[in-house]
Amino acid sequence: MSLVHVTTKVNGDEAEFLCEPRETLLDVLRDRLGLTGSKEGCGTGDCGACSVTIDGRLVSSCLVLGVEAEGKEIATIEGMAQGEALHPLQRKFIEHAALQCGFCTPGILVAAKSLLEKDPDPSEEDIRYWLAGNLCRCTGYDKIVRAVQDAAKEMREGV
Amino acid sequence: MAFDQEKDQFRVLGTRPDRPDGLDKVTGKARYGADMSASGMLHGAIVRSPHAHARIVKIDASKALAMKGVKAVVTRADFPDGQKGEDWNIMENCMAGERALYDGHAVAAVAATTPWLARDAAKAVEVEYEILPHVTDVDKAMQDGAPVIREGAANYSVPEGMHPNVVRFIEFGHGDVEKGFEEADVVMENSYTTEATHQGYIEPHACLAQMGSDGRGELWCCTQGHWFVRRMSAACLGIEVSKLRVTPSEIGGGFGGKTTVFIDPVALALSRKADRPVKIVMSREEVLRATGPTAAASMDVKIGMTKDGKMTAGKAVFRMTGGAFPMAPVDSALACAFACYDLENVQHEGYDVMSNRPKQAAYRAPGSPMAAFAVESLVDEMCRELKLDPLEVRLKNAAKEGTKSSAGPTYPRIGLVETLEAAKAHPHFTAPLGPNQGRGIASGYWMNWGGETSVSLALSEDGTVTVSVGTPDIGGSRASVAMMAAEALGVEYEDVRVNVVETGALGVNEPTHGSRATFATGLATIEAATQAKKTLCERAAAKWGIDAEAVIWEDGCAKPSGPNAGEFPPLSIGEICAKMGRTGGPISGHFEATPMGFGGSFGTHIVDVEVDPETGHTSVVRYTVVQDAGKAIHPSYVEGQFQGGAAQGIGWALNEEYIYGEDGRLQNPIFLDYRVPVASDLPMIDTVIVEVPNPGHPYGVRGVGETGITPPLPAIANAVADATGQRLRGLPVSPPKILAAIKG
Repeated sequence: MSLVHVTTKVNGDEAEFLCEPRETLLDVLRDRLGLTGSKEGCGTGDCGACSVTIDGRLVSSCLVLGVEAEGKEIATIEGMAQGEALHPLQRKFIEHAALQCGFCTPGILVAAKSLLEKDPDPSEEDIRYWLAGNLCRCTGYDKIVRAVQDAAKEMREGV
Repeated sequence: MAFDQEKDQFRVLGTRPDRPDGLDKVTGKARYGADMSASGMLHGAIVRSPHAHARIVKIDASKALAMKGVKAVVTRADFPDGQKGEDWNIMENCMAGERALYDGHAVAAVAATTPWLARDAAKAVEVEYEILPHVTDVDKAMQDGAPVIREGAANYSVPEGMHPNVVRFIEFGHGDVEKGFEEADVVMENSYTTEATHQGYIEPHACLAQMGSDGRGELWCCTQGHWFVRRMSAACLGIEVSKLRVTPSEIGGGFGGKTTVFIDPVALALSRKADRPVKIVMSREEVLRATGPTAAASMDVKIGMTKDGKMTAGKAVFRMTGGAFPMAPVDSALACAFACYDLENVQHEGYDVMSNRPKQAAYRAPGSPMAAFAVESLVDEMCRELKLDPLEVRLKNAAKEGTKSSAGPTYPRIGLVETLEAAKAHPHFTAPLGPNQGRGIASGYWMNWGGETSVSLALSEDGTVTVSVGTPDIGGSRASVAMMAAEALGVEYEDVRVNVVETGALGVNEPTHGSRATFATGLATIEAATQAKKTLCERAAAKWGIDAEAVIWEDGCAKPSGPNAGEFPPLSIGEICAKMGRTGGPISGHFEATPMGFGGSFGTHIVDVEVDPETGHTSVVRYTVVQDAGKAIHPSYVEGQFQGGAAQGIGWALNEEYIYGEDGRLQNPIFLDYRVPVASDLPMIDTVIVEVPNPGHPYGVRGVGETGITPPLPAIANAVADATGQRLRGLPVSPPKILAAIKG
C-alpha cells in the first residue's frame, strides 16, 4: 500500500510523516512520531484515552485518520506543560491524587483543558458530562472532578 | 513484628505527599505496555475462533506466509507438550489445541513488519472448524445432556453422578443448620444470579518479547506480577524459568485481570520463530472476548432469623462458571458469604462448572461481590419482612474479635462493628429521601493476602534511599512504600526512591494481588530498613569506640544511649553513608517474607438511588463508603481505592454484563455496549476511613484494595427495592428489568 506524505504541526512544531491512508491519527502519533503519551484503550471512540485537539477541537484520535492532519495543528499531552511549568490541571491532578494507574490521565487532561478553555467556571455536572467520553476505571471520578474544579478555580483567580 | 500499640504518633504515615510517578503520568512520559519499541521489531496479531465450541480441523497459513512482510506464523504445534495442571490450562488458553473452547479463543498468531500487515495476515490464515454444541449458562452446563467441555477435568472432590462439567465441589461449615432453622421465627430462601463482568482496565494487554537463538528471552509487559509471567511463559515455551527476564511496564489497571498471561507466551514463540523482537497489543474486543472476566454465578441462600433479628443459621449453595477451565472463585465466594456474621450454624456448598466462556481471571475480591449480593440481599429482605432496621440487625449479628468465622478460623482483631457504627453515625444514614428514591446498605469483606515477598533497600553515598520492590504499582504503592521506609529510617519522604524492578533483581515476588502490596511489601521494607539501621548504628559505634548496643537510631541519626555510652554528637544518615566505603562497605537491608498476618478488611456502604418510573433508569444520587484500613498510610490513595471499588461495584450492579447470543458468541465486546460507569453516571463518593490496627503489621496496615467492590452490588439492589418495592434477584438491575418489575 502506497504511503501518503503529510505535513502538519504537533504541539507547535512542524512535523512531517508518511503513513498508510488507513492509519489513524493515534497510530501516526504513537508509531510514526514517537508520541506515546496518547493511549489506545478501545479504538472505537468510547474511552477517550487518545484525546487530542485538532485546530483546538477535542477529538478521539483513534477516530481520525492520520492523513486528516494535513495542514492542521495537533495538540497532545506532550505539549501541555510549558517546559518545566506544569499546566494547573496537571499539578492539581497530582495534588488531588486524581490518578491511580494513570493510563486514562493524558486523555482526561487534554479533555479537561479543552473544557476550561470553553468554560472557565464549569459546574460539577458540566465537568461530569464533558468528561463522560473519558473512561477511568480506577478512581470513580470523584478526585478527577475535584481536581478539575480546583484547577479551574486557580486559573480563574490567576493565582 | 507485632503492631506497636503504643505508637500512635507517626511522622510520615497519614500525610498526603505527591506520588513519585505523578509527574511522568500527567505529562505522557510514563511508559506502559504498548509504549516500548525494539530494534527490528515485528508486530504480532492473533487469529481467534469465531465459534463458541469447535474442533480445529485444519489451519492453513500458506496465504498469510506468502504476504510480503509476514515473518512467522505460530500455532499450538510451535509449543512443546507436557505442561501439567494449571500450566496446561494456561497453555491451552493462550493457544487452542484440538478444539476452540470459546468465542475469541486464540488458534494461531502471525508476526509481520507493521501492525496493519499483521492484522491483514491474521485474516488470511485459513482455519477449518467443525462446529460443536456449546453451553454458556452455568445452570444449563450442569444439566444432563449439556455439551461436555472436557472429559476427565473433574477432581477428586466431585461426587459421583455429577455432570462432567462440574470440576470441583466444595463443602464446609459448622454447627447444625437444620437445628438453627428450627430455632428461627422466619426462614427465607431465595435464588440470585450475577452475570460475568470484566475488570475493564483501560489499558489493553501489551507486551514486547525477544527470544534469542541461545534460548534466552526478554519480555517487557504490563502485568500485576512479572514473576508469575516468567513462570507461566517458561512453562508454555518449555524453557528454564531463569532463562527469561521479565521487566514490568507501568500498568494501566489490572484489578486481578493482569495476574496471568494471554499474549506473552505467544509473542515469545513468534519471536523465537522469527528471530526478531515481537510486540503484541490487544484490541479492546480481544480483551473482552478473550481475557479473564470474572465468573457468572447462580446462588441459593437460606437464612433463619428470630423476630428480634438474631440470625440462627445460614446456608449458601453457589454454582459458578469460570469458562472452559476450572477455578471459578466459588471457594472464596463461599468463604466470604457469611463472613460478616457471627453464626452458630452455617453450611456452604459450591460447584465449579465449566462452560464455553473465556477463562476467568481474578477480579477484585474474587467471588466476594457475588456472595455479598446473594447474602446481603436476603438479609435485607428478611429485615423488611420483620420490619427491622437493617443496620441494627447487622450490628446485632456482627462478627468481631474472637468470633468463629463462617469460614472456620477465629477472627483476630477486625473492624466490622466500627464500620457499622461509623455508618450509623454518618449524616447520610439519616438524611431525608426524595420522591422515587430509596436507600440501601450492605456490608462486605475480603480476607486479604500476604504472599511471597522480597525487598531490597540500599543507602546511597549521600544518605538517600533506594527501595527495590517486586510488586507493580497500580494505585500508588510506590508512594506508600516510600512513606513506610521514610518513617522507619527517620528520613524525608522525598529522600526515598522506590523502583519496581525486573525478575532478575529480587527473589520471587507474587503479583500485586489480594490487596497485598502495601501490606506485604511495606512489611518487608520496614524489616529491610531495620537491618539497615542496625548497620548504621554499628558504624557509629565503631567510630565512637563503644558497643553497638549502646547506640540507638532516632530521627534519622545514630545517638549514644544508656549510662555508659558516653557523650557524642548524633551522626546523621548522610554523615555515616558518606564514609561507608571506608568503614565497612555498602549499607543495605534485604528482607524476604511470606507474611501471614494479613488482617481482613470489612466495609459498609450506604447508597441512595432514584428510579425513574417511566424508564426504569436508576441514578445513584448519594454514596458513602466506610471501610477499615487498619492504618491508612497515604489517605488519598486509600480513599481512591474505596471510591474505585465502589464505582466498579455500581457498574456491576446497574449496567455491566457479558451477553451471549444463542450462537454462544459475545454480543457486546466493545466499550459502547459493555458499558462501564462514566463520570456523568456517578455522584461524588464520600469516604470514611476506619482505622482498627491490624496486629499482623508493624504499622497496623490492612490491605484496602478489594473490599470496596463487594457491598455495592447488594446495597444498590437493596436501594432499588426500597425505592420501587420490587426485589430484583438477578444482576445487573438494568432499566428493562426494573421497568418490567414496576409494570408487573
